[in-house]
Amino acid sequence: MRFNTMKLLFGTLLLIGLPQLGFADEINAADTAWIMTSTALVLFMTLPGLALFYGGLVRSRNVLSVLMQCFVISGIATLVWLICGYSLAFTDGGSSNDIIGGLSKVLFAGVMEDSVSGTIPESSFALFQMTFAIITPALVIGGFAERIKFSVVVWFTVLWLLLVYIPVTHWVWGGGWLGQMGLLDFAGGTVVHITAGVAALVAAMVIGPRTGFSKVPMPPHNMTLTVTGAGMLWVGWFGFNGGSALASNGDAAMAMLVTHISAATAAMTWLVAEKIRFGKPTALGVVTGMVAGLGTITPASGYVGPAGALVIGVLAGFVCFNATMFLKGKLKIDDSLDVFPVHGVGGILGTLLAAVFAAPTIGIFSGQGFADGINSIGEQFSVQVIGVLATIAYTAVVTYVLFKVISVICGGLRVTEDEEAEGLDIISHEERGYDL
Amino acid sequence: MKMITAIIKPFRLEDVRNALAELGVSGMTVTEVKGFGRQKGHTELYRGAEYTVDFQPKVKIEVAVGIDLLDQVIESITESARTGKVGDGKIFVQNIETVVRIRTGEMDADAL
Repeated sequence: MRFNTMKLLFGTLLLIGLPQLGFADEINAADTAWIMTSTALVLFMTLPGLALFYGGLVRSRNVLSVLMQCFVISGIATLVWLICGYSLAFTDGGSSNDIIGGLSKVLFAGVMEDSVSGTIPESSFALFQMTFAIITPALVIGGFAERIKFSVVVWFTVLWLLLVYIPVTHWVWGGGWLGQMGLLDFAGGTVVHITAGVAALVAAMVIGPRTGFSKVPMPPHNMTLTVTGAGMLWVGWFGFNGGSALASNGDAAMAMLVTHISAATAAMTWLVAEKIRFGKPTALGVVTGMVAGLGTITPASGYVGPAGALVIGVLAGFVCFNATMFLKGKLKIDDSLDVFPVHGVGGILGTLLAAVFAAPTIGIFSGQGFADGINSIGEQFSVQVIGVLATIAYTAVVTYVLFKVISVICGGLRVTEDEEAEGLDIISHEERGYDL
Repeated sequence: MKMITAIIKPFRLEDVRNALAELGVSGMTVTEVKGFGRQKGHTELYRGAEYTVDFQPKVKIEVAVGIDLLDQVIESITESARTGKVGDGKIFVQNIETVVRIRTGEMDADAL
């Protein structure tokens, strides 16, 4: 009788409860499959999504330089991540763990077939995170497009990953001080979008505007490439935010839903703003609004609900639209492809709004709750403000110094005026994007 | 022999070609060109940055004809290319001194 009860109990558990019985260090097949899929989606965002999105926005004589930079950054970031990036971002740094991780996993030491991170193979976790390290410096190239020396891009990628991206990743996701404070950043509002946006702005200011900026027209040479790339970004972002749940569960599903809502809402908001301000809705407007919506929901995506995402999307479209007009039109800073007003401003906005719409007490706009130990919007908001300010200040200062150092190493940051007129495709790569 | 050069709106090209074929015109050269006349240019808007584009896309047709067909061809192009709005284009007529068909070496009227 007792034996039968045990058998029945065990059988029932086997049928309905086995997945929940798994220990934390056991691999879950569903989680693993989803993270592997997400990894491919996030790499797809850079290659070719972002490459095409940016490539279409420059003039035809520079299209290859942009595609090339995206590919080269993918290669370099992979090597940096393998050699020491993953270890410095995601291992325990001992006494300096608040600031930076350790060197115990240099060259992925100890990452074997049976190594587990949460419920997925560690190799899968490390690779998923690698695709974030690839897209972040690739986002920055929009700030200095059409005038940068290729050697500068190479140096920038190595040094900026080591000195900005990897430390900030450790602060937020690797056990560092911002994560310990309870900063909510689900998929990279601070880590990816604020660092990329601020770095692009600083780079644009240090390098100076393109020759003829605000005097001669510099229209996108191929809007079809841009819209194609933008579509890939939207699709890829499901992996970026959904995958950041690091599991195939309700968190991941909700992250995907709110990501999609915010993208659609911000795209439509941008169009309305454009129609009111300029009289015509444009293709570039709809895709820029979409990217703004995606960047803004990123830090909040695992914490907010669908109605919260709607508000975030409206604010993303409205605020980023006005930021774009202000930066180029009023401040005359040639952040050429508008990285800061879209990604930087979006990242800041989303990181702050995460504190509001994570709240479980605001009715239909409620989210999934605050960080552990935090009980009010105000408390969470002040943590978010610290996270935003720290990321902006650290990124700005280090990026500025980096470009000054790289300028010495490479003998200047930009090509000559004549070379700029000739175009980077011929000057840097001795190739042409089009032979028509 | 005359060389007729017509600058027309690109979307009128098919109609002009058909109209000339009906007249028995046996060949033409078509080029995509840009330019401006009374129509002036247009503006383009990218993320709030407004650019004036001075040159409109047009199609240039070149047709070589004998004197006998000249008036009919001019009339035919004028009718088939016309929309009645500014920017319909222009027709220019020049004398041709010599024509040679490369394959056979035929000259002038025989070569048209």
